[in-house]
Amino acid sequence: MEGSAALKDGRRQKRELESVVVRFAGDSGDGMQLTGGRFTVETALAGNDLATFPDFPAEIRAPIGTTFGVSAFQINFGGRTIMTSGDQVDVLVAMNPAALKVNLADVAAAGLLIVDTGAFGDKNLRKAGYESNPLKDGGLGDRRVIEVDMSQRTLEALKESGLNKKDSLRCKNMWALGLVYWLFDRDRSSTTKWLGDKFAKRPELAQGAIAALNAGHAFGETAELSGELNAYSVPAAHLAPGLYRNVTGTQAMAWGLIAGTALAEIRMVFCSYPITPASGLLHVLAAQKDRGIVTFQAEDEIAAACSAIGASYAGALGVTSSSGPGVALKTEALGLAIATELPLVLINTQRAGPSTGLPTKTEQSDLFQAVFGRNADSELVVIAARSPSDCFECAIEAVRLATKYMTPVIVLSDGYIANASEPWALPDVESYPKFPVKFRREPEGFHPFVRDPETLARAWAVPGTPGLEHRIGGLERDADSGNISYDPSNHQRMTDLRAAKISGVAKDIPEQDFEDTPREGGVLVVGWGSTYGPINRAVNNLRDSGMPVSHIHLRHIWPLPRNLGDLLRRYDRILVPEMNRGQLVTLLRSEYLVPAESLSKVNGKPFLIAELEAAIRARLET
Amino acid sequence: MNIAVPAEKLTPKDYASDQEIRWCPGCGDYAILKAVLKTLADVEAKPEQTVFVSGIGCAARFPYYISTYGFHTIHGRAPAVATGIKLANPELDVWVVSGDGDALSIGGNHLLHLLRRNVDVQFLLFNNEIYGLTKGQYSPTSHVGTRSPSSPTGSVESPVSVTALALGAGARFVARAIDTAQAYLPGVLKRAHAHRGTSFVEIFQNCIVYNDGVHSAFADRSVAAEMQVMVEHGKPMLFGKERDKGLRLRPGTLTLETVKLDEDGIGEEDVLVHDETNRTLAGMLAAMTPPAMPVALGVLYCDPAPSYDSAISAQVAAGQARTKKGGISSDLNAIMRAGNTWTVKG
Repeated sequence: MEGSAALKDGRRQKRELESVVVRFAGDSGDGMQLTGGRFTVETALAGNDLATFPDFPAEIRAPIGTTFGVSAFQINFGGRTIMTSGDQVDVLVAMNPAALKVNLADVAAAGLLIVDTGAFGDKNLRKAGYESNPLKDGGLGDRRVIEVDMSQRTLEALKESGLNKKDSLRCKNMWALGLVYWLFDRDRSSTTKWLGDKFAKRPELAQGAIAALNAGHAFGETAELSGELNAYSVPAAHLAPGLYRNVTGTQAMAWGLIAGTALAEIRMVFCSYPITPASGLLHVLAAQKDRGIVTFQAEDEIAAACSAIGASYAGALGVTSSSGPGVALKTEALGLAIATELPLVLINTQRAGPSTGLPTKTEQSDLFQAVFGRNADSELVVIAARSPSDCFECAIEAVRLATKYMTPVIVLSDGYIANASEPWALPDVESYPKFPVKFRREPEGFHPFVRDPETLARAWAVPGTPGLEHRIGGLERDADSGNISYDPSNHQRMTDLRAAKISGVAKDIPEQDFEDTPREGGVLVVGWGSTYGPINRAVNNLRDSGMPVSHIHLRHIWPLPRNLGDLLRRYDRILVPEMNRGQLVTLLRSEYLVPAESLSKVNGKPFLIAELEAAIRARLET
Repeated sequence: MNIAVPAEKLTPKDYASDQEIRWCPGCGDYAILKAVLKTLADVEAKPEQTVFVSGIGCAARFPYYISTYGFHTIHGRAPAVATGIKLANPELDVWVVSGDGDALSIGGNHLLHLLRRNVDVQFLLFNNEIYGLTKGQYSPTSHVGTRSPSSPTGSVESPVSVTALALGAGARFVARAIDTAQAYLPGVLKRAHAHRGTSFVEIFQNCIVYNDGVHSAFADRSVAAEMQVMVEHGKPMLFGKERDKGLRLRPGTLTLETVKLDEDGIGEEDVLVHDETNRTLAGMLAAMTPPAMPVALGVLYCDPAPSYDSAISAQVAAGQARTKKGGISSDLNAIMRAGNTWTVKG
């Protein structure tokens, strides 16, 4: 056989697939996130629905060839609605032995492996912990394998490019991408244009990358002609009509904050301190100074929270952002915002913990922290986003509630939502109802804690307003005058007022509904946050086979929707899948005294549809 | 035609709030409050544009006693809150009031960054070398050997030099004064107020209950003339009851020494002239400690540079001027639609 390509199964068939999961895996320096990102764009443009899952190490450049340096990007796409990034991998592109070793277990038994044999030398095999070459020792099971020396073929394709060997090899990921484009019949034109733009200052690199992309594609065509490989066809999905783009949770959150503050007709001051996986939000917003948004990279998490509070005090909306350990540092400041009743939005992009934990791995274990994690009786509003695009709506809702109720609002996102992307039917921001902030201007009858009788929110009186000069602070204040008060009955009254204000938010949020027509009896699955995708798919799969399963997914974590208790009490079996040890389930049991049961998973990865289906089935059978 | 009636000039009393003051009788804070009220009246501060921000401690009660806007925040974090206020509204005139524990211990990090960023606020650090509100523990400025409830056998930590730290952090305005010095404290505060950027003022304050007389080696009336040198830009640094002593560089060294006029042929022309734009000199003045040297008071250093908030405002304004069109919502629609989009037809 000519060349290094070999195919263990040479059957020739062009299969139409309902959905496919592709994972690109390589060293953290191999450009796998970029490769996956480009494949995502072309796939979206081809009309498929999709969901992605970038999975990368915490180290920026871990030692080359090691298993802990493996970076992967997974995409699930198809002609049907895609709810998750996929349980099992159908096609794995492995750029070295370590990438194969780390990811092989996730590849379906009949899956396809595309490996760069050029990276399968003794040294790399040793670094990955292989005692013998898995390509030769039968360790890959029945999976089909395309063995191709991508390194060598890239070098050959770029012989005339004028690039040195090192730069040429950097184009290896584009070679792999070219092959995968061919495999799924993807157009290359937008990537070609994108490479030209990206490397506009180094045209020889752009030309090299494009040459590698084309060479990988040509390899596929040749392989097909010779019967070695066949391409797949994945039909376009039936998405609702509209203008679409791919969006990550980070982008959608940033745009949601911009939209929310625009609808509130207030300026945003975004104060943050770098932390994985939350920093992306600071980056996106820092690039939007043109929209009048002020971003502040504070000296620490505490300063980020406190400067946001200062901004709100002075009449902007202070927004701060972090991940769990950083949010812990902001705790005292949240108490100040609660006590002084100032609006504040805090975005928590959760990650696995405790302490530093797994910075790049996802978890939803900060629910207790958000709802309860402060000294004293100190309630605030908690909202959770269910998907990347849902961050947009959640951010707007957070701004609305923070400014209307003069309270901090925590938005829970997570590492998965922040980095994952999905197609999003672009909303028209101008069609959203406005909720303009009304600052107090009238000195007559003013004191800083005069409240709106309906919302119990105090007046927002901003420095710069003549006649409203006043003092506020963390010391308990008189419910009438706002002056410092150590009076026991006043503290009781103020504590009750603060709690009642937050409870009252329940009147202002939608009643809870089921995701689909509820079925009586059987199992009710209650979820929150990024478990939405896998729960929804698992529940629908079971419903399709006639089983009595229903799904409730919460956006409002605190206060809970006012009718939630009634809905829960209709079921004897309630299952609450969470990527924590059982936090929402504890909240539901304590609030409603219902027999809710926990399904817990904390391995840093989202739930698989299959494991949820199995868990629900088990409850149906008992 | 409307005739503008000039508003009646406010007096120091007008800047006092109606709240009962709760400092201990004889506390140095009363004198500082008096000087601040006078300063506000002197500079004709607009009450609605003025904000006093504090952290926690005795000094931090300050905002409650002033009739402008005031925000009593949390321990050590006043600089961060003040930074947020200036980011939201750079037009506000912001004063931060802090103590040695608040500013240098729990809030040390924030003070460092406030100074290096040069946020346009006046920062008053009341230094009494003790924790007052928590009942007398030693503080980061307490001298070695301070006996306190938390250091019954004497503290062993070296104290931080407040002004040296401020200079090291990049402060562009550093001044020093004594709480009871009504003669010049309002003048120093006026200079601080006029300076754009962080104006850092260390005020030696007496805690009558827990650390009475801690500054007496130079602050007492009886020794003041000999142990204090009031520096003034462009003027020779003279001191002493008869103004017959001065500071000069010891010949051939980079060390300050005190000299007596008319002794060893030394005249006024030999005395060093204060240059408040000279950071090295400011550092040397800050390092002078009694009894070997007098304490330098007044504006030790003033060398303005663009403030953080003005630089940020300029960036935002420049960006907005470039892209201003049709409001944020339509603009956001455009941002979200930039890049790779596709249409799904019904």
